[in-house]
Amino acid sequence: MSLRSPLARVRGLGSAKEGTGHWWAQRLTALALIPLIIWFCAAVVALIGADHATVAGWIGSPLVAGLLILLIVATFYHAVLGLQVVIEDYVHGEMPKMALLLIVKALAIVLGLSGVLSVLTLLFSGA
Amino acid sequence: MKSRVKHRQKLEPEGNRSMTTSNRPLSPHLQVYRPQITSMLSILHRLTGVALAVGTLLLTYWLVAAASGPEAFADAQGLIGSFFGRLLLFGWSFALFYHLCNGIRHLVWDAGYGYEIETAERSGWMVVGASIALTLVSWALGYAMMMGGA
Repeated sequence: MSLRSPLARVRGLGSAKEGTGHWWAQRLTALALIPLIIWFCAAVVALIGADHATVAGWIGSPLVAGLLILLIVATFYHAVLGLQVVIEDYVHGEMPKMALLLIVKALAIVLGLSGVLSVLTLLFSGA
Repeated sequence: MKSRVKHRQKLEPEGNRSMTTSNRPLSPHLQVYRPQITSMLSILHRLTGVALAVGTLLLTYWLVAAASGPEAFADAQGLIGSFFGRLLLFGWSFALFYHLCNGIRHLVWDAGYGYEIETAERSGWMVVGASIALTLVSWALGYAMMMGGA
């Protein structure tokens, strides 16, 4: 589904040069995060007081691992899109703005990748 | 501030230059508005969003610790279970439930519903109630789990 007008496509997608892509991605990730977050919160509450073997076993089961990876990717994607808007609203200098945006994106990639690799480690170690 | 003014001038067409050099007020002047539930919740949505982005550090730490083995996981549990850890977690859990509930409110607006002032105020208070309730219920269940489990 595309929300872009033919004119926007011809003209290079408006002043942001990306049309409605950012807005749409923010909404799609929000929609995906509603069930994922409710599931994750319920699961974490149920895991309170559990030992390492129980938690590692839970994270490492295929269905949970898959949902956790989706949760991690959607969370960091959504966070980067949101922080980008906040930075663009409040940081006006071109250089500091660019630097902050790059730092936020780099951090999101490092943290997200660490989370995904941790889940995969537990999935494939058969804990 | 300086760069913002410069930026504004660049956006204006050449002929209007003389009009823009006067010190026109820049909006919004937040301090002249009476606080309203809708505007307060709007800024809270942004604040909780930023707080939750910082909170991803804890999520990542928890996952990495679980993958690193029992000792690292025990350290993480100790840190999260400490008084300061619980305080942070309580704040983050409220931020999460608030951002979740108000996010759903935003999605309903995006679908084209709920724009009447009365409706927006009512849905705002519903979001406040729901996020407080979800936070308290989660913590009550969590403590019940701990008592039952230990």
